[in-house]
Parts: sequence; C-alpha cells; structure tokens
Amino acid sequence: MPPQALDQIVEGRRSQPNQLIEVLQDIQKEYGYLSKETMQTVSQELGVPLIEVYRVASFYKAFRLKPSGKNVLTMCMGTACHVRGARLLLDQATSQLGVKTGEVTPDGLFSVEHVNCLGACALGPIVAENGSYHNLMTPAKLRKLIETLSRQPKKDKQNVQAK
Amino acid sequence: MSRLNSYRELDHLREQLREQYAKFTSTIILCGGPGCHASRSQAVIDSIRRELSAQRLTSKVRLLVTGCHGFCEEGPLMIIEPGNLFYCRISPDDAFEIVSQTIVKGEVVERLLYTDPALCEKLRTEVEIPFYRLQDRDILSQNRLVDSCSIHDYIAAGGYTALAKVLQHVAPLEVIKEIKASGLRGRGGGGFPTGRKWSECQEAPGDEKYVICNADEGDPGAYMDRGVLEGNPHLVLEGMMIGAWAVSARKGYVYVRHEYPIAVKHTRIAVEQARELGLLGDNILGSPFSFDVDIARGGGAFVCGESTALMASVEGKVGEPRPKDVHTVVDGLYHKPTVPTMLRHGPMFHPLS
Repeated sequence: MPPQALDQIVEGRRSQPNQLIEVLQDIQKEYGYLSKETMQTVSQELGVPLIEVYRVASFYKAFRLKPSGKNVLTMCMGTACHVRGARLLLDQATSQLGVKTGEVTPDGLFSVEHVNCLGACALGPIVAENGSYHNLMTPAKLRKLIETLSRQPKKDKQNVQAK
Repeated sequence: MSRLNSYRELDHLREQLREQYAKFTSTIILCGGPGCHASRSQAVIDSIRRELSAQRLTSKVRLLVTGCHGFCEEGPLMIIEPGNLFYCRISPDDAFEIVSQTIVKGEVVERLLYTDPALCEKLRTEVEIPFYRLQDRDILSQNRLVDSCSIHDYIAAGGYTALAKVLQHVAPLEVIKEIKASGLRGRGGGGFPTGRKWSECQEAPGDEKYVICNADEGDPGAYMDRGVLEGNPHLVLEGMMIGAWAVSARKGYVYVRHEYPIAVKHTRIAVEQARELGLLGDNILGSPFSFDVDIARGGGAFVCGESTALMASVEGKVGEPRPKDVHTVVDGLYHKPTVPTMLRHGPMFHPLS
C-alpha cells in the first residue's frame, strides 16, 4: 500500500488522539480494511497505544480487519427489511457463495456483510452492492445479481449512491 | 462567497437572493433523499437537467434537488411549483414529456399522478394526498424549499434570521426562558425538556462548554435526524448556534452515523459554507459571539446514541456508556459541561421570530 496516502490521511491530525475514529474511517475508505501495519502507524502518529487502536477498530462495526472481496454485498437486516424477508436474502447469498457473513469467497470476488439499517425501509428489503442500492430484493433477483457479478470479474461499477 | 460582517449584510444578501429567485417562472422540485436514490432518482435528475438545457429553459425554470419528502415508496418524486403538482414513480424517459407538456404548455401528465388507493382516483397536488394531508410537518416540510447543499437557498427562505435576532436582542438567559416557555423537548426517546437541560449547562461551572448534536439514530425505521441533516443541515446548525449562545459554548460537534453518507456529506458542505460566510467561526456577524462546529462520524455502534457513549466516541475512544451520577451537562465531553442534544426543531424559532 502506498505510504503517501496514509501520510495524507494523518496529516494535520498527528498527536490528536481524538481523531482516531475519523482517521480509521478514512483509511478504511482508502484501502478497504485496516491492516496490522496501518494500525501500528496510526498508533505512532496519533500517540494512541496500539491496544487502544485495536480496541476501537474491533469495537465499531464499521471497521474491517481483513480485506473484503471485490464485490461487497451488504444486506440490510433492520426491522423493516427483516419482516420483508431479509433473512432469506442472507441465506441465499451465503449458501450460493458458500461463505458466512464477514467472510470472503476463496476467489476473492465476493464478501457478504450485514448492517442494521440502511434507511430506505419503504423500499426494503435492501441489498447494497458496492454501495449501489437494490430495492425490493428477492432471493431470485439476488441470485441473478450474484451470477451477473461473477461473470464480469472486472466490475462495471455503476455507483448511483455514491454520487 | 464573501464573509458577512454584520446583520445588515445578511439582510442585504437575503434581499438580493430573493430578487434573483423571483426571476424564475417555475420550479421543479426533485427529491434526492436515499429512498428516491434507491429508486434511481439520480438518473431522473440528470435527464431533467439535460432536457431543460436542450429546451433552453435553464434561465426560466429552477431545478431544486432537495432532501427527503417522506413518501419514499412512491419515489422518485417531483413537485412542480407554482401549482403544487405532484408526480411520482418518474423514470428518466419521462423527462421530455414533463418539460414539454407540463413546464412549457402547463398540461398535466395524467400517467405520472398519484392514485389514491382508497378512492381509486388520480390526485393532482401534493396537499391532496392523504399521506401528506394527515401530517403536521413542522420541520420536514421545509426540506422542499431548499437545495440541501445551498446556504443561499436557506438564507433566501429566511434562514439565520433567528440567529441574527438572538444575537442582537435576546440575552442567553432570555433565550433559555423562551425555550422553557415553548415547551420544546428533546427528540430522543426520553423527551427531556430542552430548556431545563440548557439552563443546567448554563449554570454549570467552567469556561469551556460544548454543544453536541446527536444524530446517531440507530433505530431502524426512525429517520427524524437524517431527514433534517440531509435535507436542511443549516437548520440544525442554526439551532446549535442558538443553543451555544444560550449556554456560552464555543465549540460544537455533529455526531452522525457513517451509514448515512449523504447526511455526512451535506453536513460537511453546510459547515464549510457557514464558515465561508462567517456564520461559524470568530465574531459571528460582527458580534462578540464565536462558535465553531466539527463533524464526528459514528462507527456503526448502536450504543453510541447514548450520550456518555457518544461523548467517548467523539473523543476517539470505544463508545461505552459510563455511570451518569454526575449529569453530562456538568461533566461531559472531555469532562467539561456538555449539552448533548437530539436535533432541535422548529417550535424554537416561533417564539423568537
């Protein structure tokens, strides 16, 4: 990983322990996960003990300590999506890909995650694929989505949501 | 944008903006909330914009992309003013018809109207729709008046008048008295009387005090904080400023969930714009009052909605609640008096304005 990006992230926040969560958020956005080495650097730069950095990184659900797959499927498991069958979607994804939540497929193409609420309950169940929302999802639609994504390893990222 | 150094400059800017907006003959209001986003509203917004410039209407028609209107299941939504015409479930292909029929000729596109499921008839305007008719939308109705990323829209709609009024004519203790009299309460589950919280923090010893806006709503299906922060972030900032004036705080934080990327983005933009105009920073509007706001993103921990856990999280620590034998209004963020507050809302502006 290019160290200059990490430098840019901590720039202006050195020796400020209160910036820990913000720095970790930015690192995760840049690299996709928090590696042991980045946590060590953050610990030194911000003046926070490594154990505390690890504690924060493992406490908050937003942080990932392992790399994610190329395609991240985020299942909303909030109440509204739950009653509309989010569990079935999670089962569909995990059984089709043969992984548990939080894991990456052996080919590195997919990882499956779940969140508490994505905030679009009226349109649930919601599945976010690399940040782009798919509303009113069904297991059949999800199966097709996964099949389409696995056929095009170079993902054509149409990220409507991130704009 | 140049810095505003006095109350008169703010009024002058407002007049200028209003004159500018009066030149438009009609306004297309499009919802840009997450619900409509999930229904691909961005494509609709782009195609309407293209269509307006293709038909050379950009100087006559104002395109307003706003925060959430609330009726997500019918999205993408559109309101056309004047006339309060309401279109729903719009697709990008409808752009030509909407612009050439409705905007140019003033004819209604029947197909895009909302059908009342009980009466089985088409409803033309937003106010007729039962979903809206049966609600009192004190705060969220303002979402449709402003582009969420424009401080100018907020100022033109009368924004920051309450702040200017308070700084000029209302002493901190008077503000607290007004808030108490208004009966305003917190937007969290407890509904704690805001006036009481403010007066306790105002009385707490110490020079350094903080105002925190708690927008870490984790309850699924509850979007009251997100709806305001995404749609009208300046309303929140203005409320925080008035709160800071009342308790003599110089620093504030907005704690917002990272799962709401649009809310984070819009709040950031709002803070930058307010700083640029000198509405945040030192000597706001030429007064002795100084106040600044930073944004803290949550890390996806539900417990951080609790005030002491939230403060630990703002400090960059693990968000674990601690016993509140001494209230946070006395011993809060960095062990300083802190007003943790769920989002302020409308009524506070009424008794003052």
